[in-house]
Amino acid sequence: MMEKMIFGRFIPGESFVHKLDPRAKLLFVFAFIVIVFIANNALTYGLLVAFTLVVILMSRIKPYFLINGLKPVLFLMIFTFLIHILFTKEGDLLFELGFVKVYEEGLRQGIFISLRFLVLVFMTTILTLTTSPISITDGLEVLLNPLKKVKFPVHELALMMSIALRFIPTLMDETDKIMKAQMARGSDLSAGSLKDRIKAVVPLLVPLFVSAFKRAEDLATAMEVRGYKGGEGRTRYRQLKWQLKDTLILVFLVVFAAGLWMLRG
Amino acid sequence: MDIKLQQVAYAYAQGTPFEKRALFDVNLAITSGTYQAIIGHTGSGKSTVLQHFNALLRPTAGQVVLGSRVIEAGKKQKNLKEVRQKVGIVFQFPEHQLFEETVLKDIMFGPMNFGVSAEQAEKRARELITLVGLPDSVLEKSPFDLSGGQMRRVAIAGVLAMQPDVIVLDEPTAGLDPRGQREIMDMFYALHKERGLTTILVTHSMEDAARYADEIAIMHEGRCVLSGTPTALFSDVERLRQYRLEVPRLVAFQHKIEQLIGQKFPELSLTEEQFAKQLAAITKAGERL
Repeated sequence: MMEKMIFGRFIPGESFVHKLDPRAKLLFVFAFIVIVFIANNALTYGLLVAFTLVVILMSRIKPYFLINGLKPVLFLMIFTFLIHILFTKEGDLLFELGFVKVYEEGLRQGIFISLRFLVLVFMTTILTLTTSPISITDGLEVLLNPLKKVKFPVHELALMMSIALRFIPTLMDETDKIMKAQMARGSDLSAGSLKDRIKAVVPLLVPLFVSAFKRAEDLATAMEVRGYKGGEGRTRYRQLKWQLKDTLILVFLVVFAAGLWMLRG
Repeated sequence: MDIKLQQVAYAYAQGTPFEKRALFDVNLAITSGTYQAIIGHTGSGKSTVLQHFNALLRPTAGQVVLGSRVIEAGKKQKNLKEVRQKVGIVFQFPEHQLFEETVLKDIMFGPMNFGVSAEQAEKRARELITLVGLPDSVLEKSPFDLSGGQMRRVAIAGVLAMQPDVIVLDEPTAGLDPRGQREIMDMFYALHKERGLTTILVTHSMEDAARYADEIAIMHEGRCVLSGTPTALFSDVERLRQYRLEVPRLVAFQHKIEQLIGQKFPELSLTEEQFAKQLAAITKAGERL
């Protein structure tokens, strides 16, 4: 079960997108999220989709992973699509089925919103698929650095993030083990009434929490023993390198955004 | 309960790009009442095999026969509870599965899942706590207040309380002190004899395998490469080395002595008693010469 989770998983590779600086990729995706909202007609949405396709091709990621990344938000996409179709009552009436009346504008809006979701999910999935969690954290730490001026604990936040990321697989393995041990003792997580199922989660959660707390304590001790005392004056093992191509893709994105702005209806 | 693995293959995350094959064509037959040891180097597939014994994992090819039940690759299985009641698994570090407020409740958890009444389950818990070598008073304590070794014993009692016909042990004594290790292993052996259980011991310890097992199977790179009686297996030092395994220290010791005195012992010593007797016989015979 756990093995099938793809969302948020890093797939090592050698493509152009893989080799970009994580800071550039993060800025790119953040900017892209804003830029998506510029599009408001068929032409600009078309350009957005084309742009995303180009990025997908450049990342050389198998479509399989992207489709999987889509699964968790698929319901949301369909839901918003239906909301638009059912409740927007502008433009010509296209057809009606009983009390359901579908208008031209509703269909248009529905498709646009779904496309918006699609490109956003694809772009962020590409970010996490092509960037190792640890570089994302490094990148974020640098990008958030200015916030230190207002006493925002940037280093601590980055550390928390990297520790959390580091322990996700460990906790998953642990969950799997405990689940199997309790199944071997006859607890059944996949059958029975809702109440039974909720009750069956307790034998899973208690040991998981106990071990998570134990692990946290051990980790804290191990860090202290090795002289960790916060981010002050700490040098970095992993150095980020900003290259020309990083600047170029950001420049290109700005040009693309300007183009979209001019073409919007 | 007879257990048979027939051409069992297993791949983790099958059908995804992360697919990892752990077992290839494993064949193993365990007759009811046998004490079967499974040994192998780290990563040889021992732990994957053991999860097939109560259908926690289902083979991706081949079939597993558990008594009258056949678990076949690619077929949906319903009502596995019955199988799980018959085959109890003591996982590695079983203390991680404790969760109830009191030791008593935790031991009762297994049997009650299989429909045993509360009184009956409590009765079993009270018997078992003595059997695993703990005082009655721990029954009312929280399992989390116990020492690691005590928690291990409670967890083992929790599995035994299901009264399985087959007990599968995955390194049951890892991390215990030597005396505790011996106590636990002896307890399992006594149970095995008394109740006519089928016991499957997955272990790194050649000593335990030699001491207790009737049959030993050797796993290597996802295959069951060798099986036979301890005496047969441990006679062939070279063959074991090939699978990155060593003979038990006692056997190695016997080989050394045999070399030095230039005389073979009549048989391979699997226990200290056996070794001592043979050595005594040889030295006495020597005196007479």
